[in-house]
Amino acid sequence: MLKNKNLWLWLIWLLLTLAFTTYLVMKINNKAADKSIFLPGETTHGHHQIELACGACHSKSFADKEAIQESCMNCHGKALKDNDDKHPKSKFTDPRNAERVAILDARYCVTCHIEHNPEVTLEMGVTMPPDYCHLCHEKIAEERPSHEGMAFTTCASAGCHNYHDNQALYEDYLIKHLHQPDILDKQEFPPDLNLDELAPVLPEYPIKDYPLERLKLVDANAPLNIEYDAEILYEWFDTTHANSGVNCTACHQQTINEKTVWTDTPDHKVCASCHGPEVDGFLAGKHGMRLDSERLKQELTAMTPDLARLPMKKDVQHKELGCNSCHEAHDYNTTTARVEACLGCHDDEHSLAYIDSPHHKLWKQELAGELPEHSGVTCATCHMPRIEKEFMDGMFYMGIVQHNQNDTLQPNEKMLRPVCMDCHGLGFGIDALADEKLIHNNFDGQPGVHIESMDMAEVRMKEAEEKRRRLREQAKDENSPTP
Amino acid sequence: MLKLKKVMITATLVAACALPFTASSEIADTPTFTPKQLADWLHLVMSTDRAVYTKKIVNRLVKKDKVIKASEHFEDDKALVLPAQMFRFGAEEVAKKTDQFTYSLQSLWPINKQNAPRTEIEKAGLAYVSENKGENYYGVEELGGTQYFTAVYADPAVAPVCVSCHNEHKDTPKSDFKLGDVMGGVVIRIPLKG
Repeated sequence: MLKNKNLWLWLIWLLLTLAFTTYLVMKINNKAADKSIFLPGETTHGHHQIELACGACHSKSFADKEAIQESCMNCHGKALKDNDDKHPKSKFTDPRNAERVAILDARYCVTCHIEHNPEVTLEMGVTMPPDYCHLCHEKIAEERPSHEGMAFTTCASAGCHNYHDNQALYEDYLIKHLHQPDILDKQEFPPDLNLDELAPVLPEYPIKDYPLERLKLVDANAPLNIEYDAEILYEWFDTTHANSGVNCTACHQQTINEKTVWTDTPDHKVCASCHGPEVDGFLAGKHGMRLDSERLKQELTAMTPDLARLPMKKDVQHKELGCNSCHEAHDYNTTTARVEACLGCHDDEHSLAYIDSPHHKLWKQELAGELPEHSGVTCATCHMPRIEKEFMDGMFYMGIVQHNQNDTLQPNEKMLRPVCMDCHGLGFGIDALADEKLIHNNFDGQPGVHIESMDMAEVRMKEAEEKRRRLREQAKDENSPTP
Repeated sequence: MLKLKKVMITATLVAACALPFTASSEIADTPTFTPKQLADWLHLVMSTDRAVYTKKIVNRLVKKDKVIKASEHFEDDKALVLPAQMFRFGAEEVAKKTDQFTYSLQSLWPINKQNAPRTEIEKAGLAYVSENKGENYYGVEELGGTQYFTAVYADPAVAPVCVSCHNEHKDTPKSDFKLGDVMGGVVIRIPLKG
């Protein structure tokens, strides 16, 4: 009797296990199914939007380190290269570093950035103990006596060094920019896009169908069966599109299966045919990463403010983000896209403080014609700056608007060169970005903290000058004739 | 019968035509040199290319014609890439493309302390080539569970620009190099199977 009862229990257990396994297998194989049940822990701020596109990172079943690494580089590789990554994989593949690699395998991103581990995740998604620099640079105080006694937990947290991007923090750069005024006398900005020069040589620009010429109202070429308001026509007529030969069909007409089809609401893929670098940035950033189905290997709905972890305005929680959510269709007003579009959704302390900030005051003066172009500082000036970017492996450079806001945001020292230093001295910029309070009030005031890296660089520079002077004197003595 | 004859003739002709290709393919795949020879040849290309860049480009334009600077921050300073950097960038690119050999530039007096010798062979090799002009140092070592043939070659100052740049650099531990002095060494590693 007892044996029979046990047998039944075993059978029920087996059936339940089988049923649950089948349920999980079906879920994993169904692309449209909600896979949140498989999330082992909270995802980092960088990936939470795409956490249900498991295949973006776990590109195959039981993906090994190499496969995960390939996924990491598929999304982050280009930015690392563009930002002159100081610890690239190639630095650690040399066999002479085998001992180091055994301690810290820096060939793989996941050594330091393990996803779904909120308990041990630090800033920048780092899951290593914060003194990790010690593992390779334990003798730094011998090279740099000024570093004696400094805790290894402060290397990357005190505004002095970053693991990947040190373009604005390396010693000679600090020396080159010593004693700059807080606000520079002469401001410098990257060049605007020179479409006349570039469009004819850009391989994907449809110059044959849409030559660069000023179009008139009567040139609008929407088919006769398409109805639209005259207002749309006038909005288009005032834009760079009409000024550069971009007619109605350039955006609204697509060729699908060799048939020409009119579409009322063209998506970012249409914009990419002329604004490729901008759309690339959009898809790499927080606003558009959910739409990058090629990298995600599945379709996700567009980003909406209710999915964000930052505070967003309540009345726009379900607004879907695409190119046209900030650049309104036909109007493409780049003025409203720089401030109003951002503040239409963002509701955090820093964003709300912008309106009373000195930066906004300058923007209002520029809009009023009281200050020259580029004098104002908008949300986009800092978070979507105009930069000069290299294309086709250095074949040509072009001024673009970086639509990946993370490119200049985390760690925030990445903002120094492409943004802050257009107007501010390096020392002021380093201090300002290290002051949390100042960031919260949107830079309304002077930095309340001081990072010592520039002072230390200056001391080293003076020591080196003294050494060179001694050497020159020594050489002079050696060359002078003995009495 | 005639058909069979035709087939046989065709097969013989095809075999005769294919023979030289098969033979040459076999020769191409037959090992004919030692790891030491391979390392020596690789070094010959590396050192020659770098000497050409140093003398014909950097030294000429910086020291003789005085039209441009050479700087380790070549992008920011709008300057020429330093010869040592050109060498390192090449080594990093090669490392991305193959693991069949690696090479690096090291020194007993490194400007960047990460380029000081680390393994026993590197230490012994750099000391040997700096004390024995014109000679190389060879050895076998095990790193990370793999055995390597390691060759160390002297890296002398081939142009005045090498000497002045190293002697005046703020991070140099040695400031009295002269033209022709050994400033460091090139280390080439080839993994050995089995």
